[in-house]
Amino acid sequence: MQAATLKPLRLALRGITKRYPGVVANDNVDLSVQPGEIHALMGENGAGKSTLMKIVYGVTRPDAGTIEWEGERVTIDSPAKARSLGIGMVFQHFSLFETLTVAENIALALDHRDPPSTLDARIIEVSERYGLPVDPRRLVHSMSVGERQRVEIVRCLLQAPRLLIMDEPTSVLTPQAVQKLFGTLRRLALEGISILYISHKLDEIRELCDTATVLRGGRLSGTATPRNEDNAGLARLMIGSDLSVCQLAPKTPGEIMLELTNMSLGSKDPFGTHLRNIDLRVRRGEIVGIAGVSGNGQKELMAALSGEMLSAYAGAVRLAGQPVGLLGPAQRRRLGLSFVPEERLGRGAVPAMCLADNALLTAAQSPGMLRIGMVQRAAARRFAQQVIADFKVKCGGDQSAASSLSGGNLQKFIVGRETILNPQLMIAAQPTWGVDVGASQMIRQALIDLRDRDVAVLVVSEELDELFSICDRIVVIAQGRLSPSRVPAETSVEEIGSWMSGGFINGNESAAEVADAAA
Amino acid sequence: MNLDALTPIFVSTVVAATPLIYAALGELVTEKAGVLNLGVEGMMLVGAVVGFIVGLSSGSLVLGYLAAACAGVALSLVFGFLTITLQANQVATGLALTLFGAGLSAFVGRSYAGQPIDGAGPLHIPLLSDIPVIGPLLFSFNLLVYGSIALYFAVQWFLNRSHAGLKLRAIGEAPSVSHAIGHPVLKTRYFAVMFGGACSGIAGAYLSTALTPMWVEGMSSGRGWIALALVVFATWKPLRVLLGAYLFGGVTVLQLYAQGFGLHVPSEFLSMLPYLATIVVLVIICRDPKTILLNQPASLGKAFHPDA
Amino acid sequence: MLQLEKRAAPSNGMRLAAPLFATLLMLVTGLCIFLVLGKNPVDAFRVFFIKPLASLYGLGELLLKTTPLLLCALGLAIGFRSNVWNIGAEGQLTIGGIAGAGVALAFGDTESHWLLPLMLLAGVLGGMAWAAIPAFLRTRFNTSEILVSLMLVYVAQLLLSYLVHGPWRDPDGYNFPQSRMFNDWELLPLLWEGVRTNIGFIFALLLAALSWVFTTKTFAGYRMQVAGLAPAAAAYAGFSERRNIWLALLISGGAAGLAGIGEVAGPIGQLQPQVSPGYGFAAIIVAFVGRLHPLGIVLASLLMSLLYLGGEQAQIELALPSAVTGLFQGLLLFYLLAADLLVNFRVKVSA
Repeated sequence: MQAATLKPLRLALRGITKRYPGVVANDNVDLSVQPGEIHALMGENGAGKSTLMKIVYGVTRPDAGTIEWEGERVTIDSPAKARSLGIGMVFQHFSLFETLTVAENIALALDHRDPPSTLDARIIEVSERYGLPVDPRRLVHSMSVGERQRVEIVRCLLQAPRLLIMDEPTSVLTPQAVQKLFGTLRRLALEGISILYISHKLDEIRELCDTATVLRGGRLSGTATPRNEDNAGLARLMIGSDLSVCQLAPKTPGEIMLELTNMSLGSKDPFGTHLRNIDLRVRRGEIVGIAGVSGNGQKELMAALSGEMLSAYAGAVRLAGQPVGLLGPAQRRRLGLSFVPEERLGRGAVPAMCLADNALLTAAQSPGMLRIGMVQRAAARRFAQQVIADFKVKCGGDQSAASSLSGGNLQKFIVGRETILNPQLMIAAQPTWGVDVGASQMIRQALIDLRDRDVAVLVVSEELDELFSICDRIVVIAQGRLSPSRVPAETSVEEIGSWMSGGFINGNESAAEVADAAA
Repeated sequence: MNLDALTPIFVSTVVAATPLIYAALGELVTEKAGVLNLGVEGMMLVGAVVGFIVGLSSGSLVLGYLAAACAGVALSLVFGFLTITLQANQVATGLALTLFGAGLSAFVGRSYAGQPIDGAGPLHIPLLSDIPVIGPLLFSFNLLVYGSIALYFAVQWFLNRSHAGLKLRAIGEAPSVSHAIGHPVLKTRYFAVMFGGACSGIAGAYLSTALTPMWVEGMSSGRGWIALALVVFATWKPLRVLLGAYLFGGVTVLQLYAQGFGLHVPSEFLSMLPYLATIVVLVIICRDPKTILLNQPASLGKAFHPDA
Repeated sequence: MLQLEKRAAPSNGMRLAAPLFATLLMLVTGLCIFLVLGKNPVDAFRVFFIKPLASLYGLGELLLKTTPLLLCALGLAIGFRSNVWNIGAEGQLTIGGIAGAGVALAFGDTESHWLLPLMLLAGVLGGMAWAAIPAFLRTRFNTSEILVSLMLVYVAQLLLSYLVHGPWRDPDGYNFPQSRMFNDWELLPLLWEGVRTNIGFIFALLLAALSWVFTTKTFAGYRMQVAGLAPAAAAYAGFSERRNIWLALLISGGAAGLAGIGEVAGPIGQLQPQVSPGYGFAAIIVAFVGRLHPLGIVLASLLMSLLYLGGEQAQIELALPSAVTGLFQGLLLFYLLAADLLVNFRVKVSA
């Protein structure tokens, strides 16, 4: 204890406040990190974690409050300043340039310039020392998300940081890769590097972190020692109430609604993933989940299902037995398909349009919405009002712009709109990504209700917990291929995890190569 | 045909290509930083009139070029302020710049229209210019022609070899990422836009002091737009800008010599050639959307705000 | 120091106020320019902005020049709303004039009631055909409609030049590069005695009403607006991008073609090497200043027409260069784009 009190805190935030128009992202937040400590910053989506970390890293400046670094008061007005103090950050959405090489990416973030020849050597040295293999010559767009994260970490380590900020680092990893990452982080902590670990995943925090600071609604809601707590206790700190669990009543699925047979499709995106030999069946009254690390073909599969990308031949995709592979989104919707896309603003909804007009986006073909090519605005408004009421969307009414809604409320609106359209098949991509716990709960329940009404439901998610709790069957997508399906009770996180890195693919490619590419 | 007949064709091709090289290389750097400035035509016109007036009244063409570059920079700053600081739509603002530049140049140049000026003569390089065949072929040009080659090497080196160029390209790819790691996105974009403005200004001055040494209203006649098309045609690569500019220079010159070859096509149709060639070339390059997706700076035309 | 703060939602009030700010700023700048040129600003102002409106004839001229601006701008606005950037209205206008004139030159020697409607139809189709080229190249080959439509302006003007210098030149015209004068039955009827405003103005107003219905009431208009605001949402909803592009370019091309034949069969009365003093380009400004809304465009085209008239008046009375019109047009658009900042941001004064 004596030693600990002598050493100054690595980082101490006091009274940090940051306001944005209409919201207070951080309200009088305190936080302190010891040298060599793995410190969790917890909170659900929208609690203000990312804003706080951007302040520490100098991307944003606080409206009030002070920052102390190793006992001295500092002003961090730029990321360069943060780096010069010894702060490194691994971003949630990676801060890498896709069209550049690993070495170029690293050179861009180094404040002391190295000639390219010695830089390559240093990259290799650091990556070998910490078990983070990266090839400095490779172009980033050819790398998997796991590899990209390694590049980010190596980039930070090259600056010999004393505080490493990790923003939701495991959301892009397979369970096995998470364990590897934890090993690296523990090793760094042993070397005296402090780690600020931002997450909302309770199990991981209990496993890895020494202390935790919890934010709720932008304010400090408490600190805890995660090892001494159980999930329920941490959840209460984080969301202010108990977590409720979804219940799936046993049910026998009905006839096949969606059928993909040996579908292959090239991606339009030059850096995209090609879909290869996809077989998939979804029946009425079941929820099928697609697990996988992002960037393994989810985007392409969703576009192929929704009709935004057409298949090579009509029979590649069948909806209730009908070949629809060559039909566009509007035609497929008429046959009973509803789709909740991953991007809410700009795809699922038009930001600048009001909710009534956004209802028209997919509901235009429902009865009463159009008359001889003319939009019936009253009908659109009634429809929007019904969605708002049924799904408890918090907003200023059907005339408020979609961009004025919070992420969770907009998602409730979109899910509501697609549900009220009375689909036979509902497809939802990342339905609860970035959504607060209350809204997530409601959206999951809505999907379960659809299943119970004999609708076929397909959910793509990167959250394994979510899939295990709401799915009747789980399949895995890796490198544009789909695994066989498993009933959650008959599989394990380990099996699904190894499949996520391509473990189910047997064929010409060597398993090792496959595993590396997806890790 | 013998070499003596080809020499003037080669020389006039190079001469016709030079303004396109300046304008397109300038726009290339601007676009590499993620900013689409459709105002090249307007900046060229203003550069043309300013370069002409200053060159005429000071008696020094070099001073004229400097003034033209400054005028281009001034206009590009207006564009930059609107699109970078105020985040106005880049397409609309670029169009506004072109329309404004056309009006401003006509207004400023009204009393200079048709006046003669001693155009830029060939630079006599001791020894080199006197070599037979090669001398007239390669060393008989004016200062700006050599300048355009130097500019090409400078841009090529800057974008692909320098650290600042890497930063600029990175900003054009993903400004939010650049911002997150602490690069000055807005400042860099301002510099890129100003560089484009200076190049367009010089390109314009070249028209009014070298190509046709006089000021005529609207004299760039679409060259600014052709330069924009060249950047696309070049898939944002400096070397291909250079080659593309010579190709277009050749097409422009073709119409002058076509009559001489015994082609009896109305001159209007020959004058259409550069514009039609632009369309054809765009079609060839854009046919495969992936070519564009792979080469175009990913943030091109999109506003960036640090707090958003 | 002044600071900008993003508004939670775009301000509708500012959306309407910005064009007024822009006009005001343009006028103030105009006064400064007059001062610099050594003119009495009050005088110049009167000549430029008041005098053209002081007589019935002047008002007629105002509406006459409003007509092509309004027609072109209404069409362009429909495209701009859906992110289709047709900036070649000047070329489509020219081809419209050529096509309509071609009908007159081919069949005009005998009087017929059908001739004028046929000429107008030819003008519309000509404009559409010219706009169909960028539409085809964009939908088929992914080629920027901005560059293609602009290149075609030069091609159209050269084509016109060829025709009036060559095959369509009036044999009795003393070798001037122009076609024969049109007969009475080939000209658009005038609206009132003593002014030159013709029936084309009524067409333009009708088109404004139609375009209002199209953009605010029809599903097709809604689809195009979605495509403009959020292309990914349009793809998600299944709205065809191809159809939007074709529709936008055909509508704007047709409207510009009508404007072209309206000029040729109106105030010009024959085919000349130049059928428009840049109406097709000025219409871009009109469309923006009018907020891409039909009513706004009607007002903006009146303003722009006044700038043209004022420029002519100032040239005659004050020996001001007519290029000052182009300067004002450019300034107006710049100021508008700057004033648009206030739609999304609030200006705050901070310490």
